[in-house]
Amino acid sequence: MNQTSFNNLLEVKDLSVHYGAICALHGISFELKPGEIVTLIGANGAGKSTTLKTISGLVKSSSGKIKFQDQDLNGIPAHKIAGLGISHVPEGRKPFSNLTVYENLRLGAYNTNNKAEIDAAMTRVFESFPRLKERLAQSAGTLSGGEQQMLAMGRGLMARPKLLMLDEPSMGLSPILVSEIFAIIKEINEQGTSILLVEQNANMALSIAQRAYVLETGSIVLSGNAQELREDPKVKSAYLGE
Amino acid sequence: MTYFLQQLINGLQLGFVYALIALGYTMVYGIVRLINFAHGDVFMIGAYFGFYLLGRFKLPFPLAMVGAMLGCAILGITIEKLAYKPLRNAPRIAALITAMGMSLFLEYFTSLKFVFGPNYLAYPRPFPIVNFNLGGVTLSNIQIIVFGVAIFLMVVLQIFVAKTKTGMAMRAVSFDKQTAQLMGIDISRIISITFGIGSGLAGAGGVLYGIAYPQINPFMGVMPGLKAFVAAVLGGIGIIPGAMLGAIIMGVVEVMTAAFVSSTLRDAVAFGILIIVLLIKPTGILGKPAAEKV
Ligand SMILES: Nc1ncnc2c1ncn2[C@@H]1O[C@H](COP(=O)(O)OP(=O)(O)O)[C@@H](O)[C@H]1O
Ligand SMILES: [Mg+2]
Repeated sequence: MNQTSFNNLLEVKDLSVHYGAICALHGISFELKPGEIVTLIGANGAGKSTTLKTISGLVKSSSGKIKFQDQDLNGIPAHKIAGLGISHVPEGRKPFSNLTVYENLRLGAYNTNNKAEIDAAMTRVFESFPRLKERLAQSAGTLSGGEQQMLAMGRGLMARPKLLMLDEPSMGLSPILVSEIFAIIKEINEQGTSILLVEQNANMALSIAQRAYVLETGSIVLSGNAQELREDPKVKSAYLGE
Repeated sequence: MTYFLQQLINGLQLGFVYALIALGYTMVYGIVRLINFAHGDVFMIGAYFGFYLLGRFKLPFPLAMVGAMLGCAILGITIEKLAYKPLRNAPRIAALITAMGMSLFLEYFTSLKFVFGPNYLAYPRPFPIVNFNLGGVTLSNIQIIVFGVAIFLMVVLQIFVAKTKTGMAMRAVSFDKQTAQLMGIDISRIISITFGIGSGLAGAGGVLYGIAYPQINPFMGVMPGLKAFVAAVLGGIGIIPGAMLGAIIMGVVEVMTAAFVSSTLRDAVAFGILIIVLLIKPTGILGKPAAEKV
């Protein structure tokens, strides 16, 4: 395990976000310890994507604090936050469809020009996603949905992040592919990358996460051990369809 | 037949100059979705930079060329930072009107006596003209230089955009700005680079125009700028090879119309072609059908 001097890799405190007059997050707080998989579950429109976008700097908060490795992220532009070791794999995967698979991966490691480092990162990505290796020269827009998710995750891993944030990796994928993707997420985590996982597929997310937070219209309404939340009657009825 | 070939060469010469201007229109549009109406005036200022570097400072032609390109690159980057960047999140019409204002500013400011002055100036001749006779068709050393420089710059640009990391980043930014930032790409830097390259190419176009059509004045950028813009739309705005193709078509059609129909109709026919192409294929010759565009 990597030795770290801080308790929390990521700490979000009283975070509020507004889109104009709409309040998307009402002062949420949560944290993620080094090595953890933490999941943020909630229905459509709960504010999950907003949370990730605010951490990665795409959206500005109206109040509250975000600390990454004890550094305050407030006011740091998105492209610099990426360089601190946070990779955000956005909802809908967002491949650069006009670029090849190789180029997408290369841009994932935009902050480095070190050939050996890039090759090592790419080799590492191919271990998790061997299918990408066969498609390097192909335009990213021609990949299937599952392959695009793999590309988006691989692209995020190219920067060798300390924290990988995944926004609904299961969206639109068949159950078999979802299992495959979640197994890989677990494997990536076991190799030392902390993961903040946003999901509507609560069942899958709770099965691989250590801890979980339940988000409802911009507020955290429940939190705790993922296994325990899975047994919680409120979670069962609202999110697991039982 | 030789007359036709001769006109084709003359048309290509004009087309290559248009291409150097059109590239800047299309690259800037690809990145920030802005029609930079001041671009034709950057071309004009490039011609003047060449004028002074060749005439006053007696620099050799290649150095004057590089100097004009650098000067225009800096000018383009400055215009973006001062005029367009503050409006990046404003409605697009605001930036468009600012671009028109910038264009007028550059034209009238440079017309002032203590800047370039309002008069036509004769362009310096950096070398004597030599004509080569190829079976009845004459090709001048100036034409060879126009073709050579333009093709060289376009090839370098293509390699840059296709092969370098910054080129990849430009394409990524043009496709999806938010996701590009998540890769660590500094959008402002990429926009600056794009304006710099586009303006530098226009500067090269200005110097080539100056030696090929040796009369310059502060409004000389208006028509070539408009034609290059039309060329960029014709080829498919935002698409680099489209701008080259559109510009060459525009140049050749313009010269052919003047030669075989009537000199007064040259502009009408050039713009008429635009209207016809856009009626048939609104996204331009190399553009994807609109429905596929993201
Ligand atoms: N760009 C935006 N402009 C205005 N409102 C937005 C924007 N993005 C999200 N919202 C609103 O913020 C709330 C939270 O959205 P989001 O974070 O996308 O939720 P989730 O990811 O949980 O589905 C929703 O009510 C949504 O409509
Ligand atoms: Mg979402």
